[in-house]
Amino acid sequence: MDFSFTEEQTLLRNSVQKFIQNAYDFETRRKVSKSDAGWRKEIYGQFAEMGLLGVAIPEDFGGLGGSAVDTMIIAEEFGRGLVIEPWLQNAVIAAGILKAAGSTAQKEELLASIAAGESIFAFAYAEPQGRYNLADLVTTAKKSGDGYVLNGHKAVVLGAPFADKLIVTARTSGGQRDADGVTIFVVDKGAKGVSTRDYPTVDGSRASEVTFENVSVGADAVIGEVGKGLATVELVADQAIAALASESTGAMKVLNDTTIEYAKTRKQFGTPIGKFQVLQHRMVDMFMNYEQSVSIAYMVTLKLEEEEAERKKAASAAKVQIGKAGRFIGQSAVQIHGGMGMTDELNVGHYFKRLTMIDTLFGNVDHHLKRYASLG
Amino acid sequence: MDINFTPQDEAFRAEVRAFIEENQPHHLKGVRRGEYRNKEDFLAWQRTLYKKGWLVPSWPAPYNQLKWTPTQKYIWGEECARAETPMILPFGVSMVGPVIYTFGTEEQKAKHIPGILSGDVWWCQGYSEPGAGSDLASLKTTAVRDGDDYIVNGQKTWTTLAQFADWIFVLARTDKNAKAQEGISFLLVDMKTPGITVKPIITMDGGHEVNEVWFDNVRVPVANRIHEENKGWTCAKFLLSHERAGIAGVARSKRAISRLKDMLAMEIIDGDKLIDDPDFEKKIAELEIDLTALEYTELRTLASEQAGKGPGLESSILKIKGTEIQQRITELVMEGVGYYALPYSDPLAHNEFAPGPAYAEGAVQNYANMRKTSIYGGSNEIQRNIIAKMVLGL
Repeated sequence: MDFSFTEEQTLLRNSVQKFIQNAYDFETRRKVSKSDAGWRKEIYGQFAEMGLLGVAIPEDFGGLGGSAVDTMIIAEEFGRGLVIEPWLQNAVIAAGILKAAGSTAQKEELLASIAAGESIFAFAYAEPQGRYNLADLVTTAKKSGDGYVLNGHKAVVLGAPFADKLIVTARTSGGQRDADGVTIFVVDKGAKGVSTRDYPTVDGSRASEVTFENVSVGADAVIGEVGKGLATVELVADQAIAALASESTGAMKVLNDTTIEYAKTRKQFGTPIGKFQVLQHRMVDMFMNYEQSVSIAYMVTLKLEEEEAERKKAASAAKVQIGKAGRFIGQSAVQIHGGMGMTDELNVGHYFKRLTMIDTLFGNVDHHLKRYASLG
Repeated sequence: MDINFTPQDEAFRAEVRAFIEENQPHHLKGVRRGEYRNKEDFLAWQRTLYKKGWLVPSWPAPYNQLKWTPTQKYIWGEECARAETPMILPFGVSMVGPVIYTFGTEEQKAKHIPGILSGDVWWCQGYSEPGAGSDLASLKTTAVRDGDDYIVNGQKTWTTLAQFADWIFVLARTDKNAKAQEGISFLLVDMKTPGITVKPIITMDGGHEVNEVWFDNVRVPVANRIHEENKGWTCAKFLLSHERAGIAGVARSKRAISRLKDMLAMEIIDGDKLIDDPDFEKKIAELEIDLTALEYTELRTLASEQAGKGPGLESSILKIKGTEIQQRITELVMEGVGYYALPYSDPLAHNEFAPGPAYAEGAVQNYANMRKTSIYGGSNEIQRNIIAKMVLGL
């Protein structure tokens, strides 16, 4: 049983940490979030240079050939920095889908492009009626000659404003919620019939509503086997959950550290408020929630390659743990900071909002409790 | 013991319900205060009630001619909440107004009460400071005597809606050498006085509700001091304990739960309504039960007041439980709307594109905004300390 990091992994963490400290201080992050563009393309370019986009892409396809643990390390440091740029959507999700189900040609064409930061993907999977059910799809892909015609509406596509390519789940057959009949497509965001409406998200990033109106794609746009895409989508959703689990611990650590620092320095009634036992115990509870979340982030990362049921249980356990812990830590940090915790100016509210957002992504606590229980 | 309202109470309820239906500003029904477009949105309902003579049922004559019993006032609050009327701004009507009619001179009453009641004069509360939150008595804003005036210097913070205010009531230190609570005076200050600067504080939901108010050598006539010099803490304590009716927010929370259930009937999960999902059903049931218990705690408080016995020990839990329930409701709304909780909608940009169903709009922002309720008005930690000390004798 070994939870230590290798020297390489420690170097990776240090370099990402330094990068965040230099380029992603909180004031800069706030400014970027409020800017018209909402992100910095040059920062994304630096991710590419540092190998962060290709961290888990095989070297043969232009990546670093790293593991889920390397992904986990980057995610945690990005959580500390409240990174906006779509690293998760590309390094984890798009790369994950292509690795799991892409043809050699697709891997050759797209993985290197992702690693180089040239193709920027967003994952269009959720739908207005679907809540967290990855198979609940009314976006259709009807066979048309050798290719397909897509029609539908994807909801809250995170990072789509920054992307030029979309990975889209659509139904080629079966009923609305059937496991069978889900197909994965690559679609150019600029393709005829694709329209987007961009908006800010509560965590200071951006998303789009994406509609497909008779969008024609060729047979080569299909990733994996037609109608058999759900297993891949579920796999990569779990990989994303592992990354989010780690990202959330980065955010939790910042909140815990800043709360303790505040409690030590903020004086009321002639004493630092950190001396009050009620608050001490609250901060201890925050600490325990954080450590439990770190543990579960390690667990799910290490179980991503287990067989399906065990992997799903691990991912659901992780999502429940970080959802509950994120809510508790976020609320406690705000409460202990008093009025200051409510401001836009202080970083606390921003981490609070990001943890709240993470709770909703790829299924909230209720959804994953159900899934965990159903797996026996 | 009898928990039913009398036939007279029910007749009263019917009367006020009809008045509300006919006269409330319907365009503001269910609209969050952070989305009001202008001053008139805040004042519309107050102006209507003032004209009717129903604005201040708890005030004494000559300002108030109503003789409503505590039960009738309770029913009135319930009916306003059910109809989702705007909340009346508390700073004039519930805070400085009672201080002035209790501790003020006849001149001060004549000068300020009419504007408070009509809504023509907008008041804000200059209490908290960056260094004086829970420990309000440690405030540092000074008021130094200079002839017939005080010169006020300092900084107030978390001043709600100061950006609209005409006057501010300020706790300031008039004796630096006295014990903290014994050197404070209660001053009324015209916001147009030279030396006052209002700076917005944007909260994490993106709204502008609170402000910093800076005083730089602000000249305030001694005639604007309420009660004696250095006795301002008496006024402050009176204000904090006075007119706490409605602090539990039971009726408003009932209405919010009702709206939540309407929303859950529209939200679909795997083809079924989320309101029928067994897990969500249980969560709503628990919340409703918690609120019912609070409702009856409030009724016990009311009955005790009706019998002339004062509010009773159980009233101290109204703020804590009331705010925890308010916050829990916002959590369930957020959980109910799924992915469409995530778009950010600027509270003041009314024509902006809002993806998703209307009921989802602002769910996370409202959840974030309501974190303030366990912090303000005496944080829930302080409230628990008060109960421990004053009620349980610990």
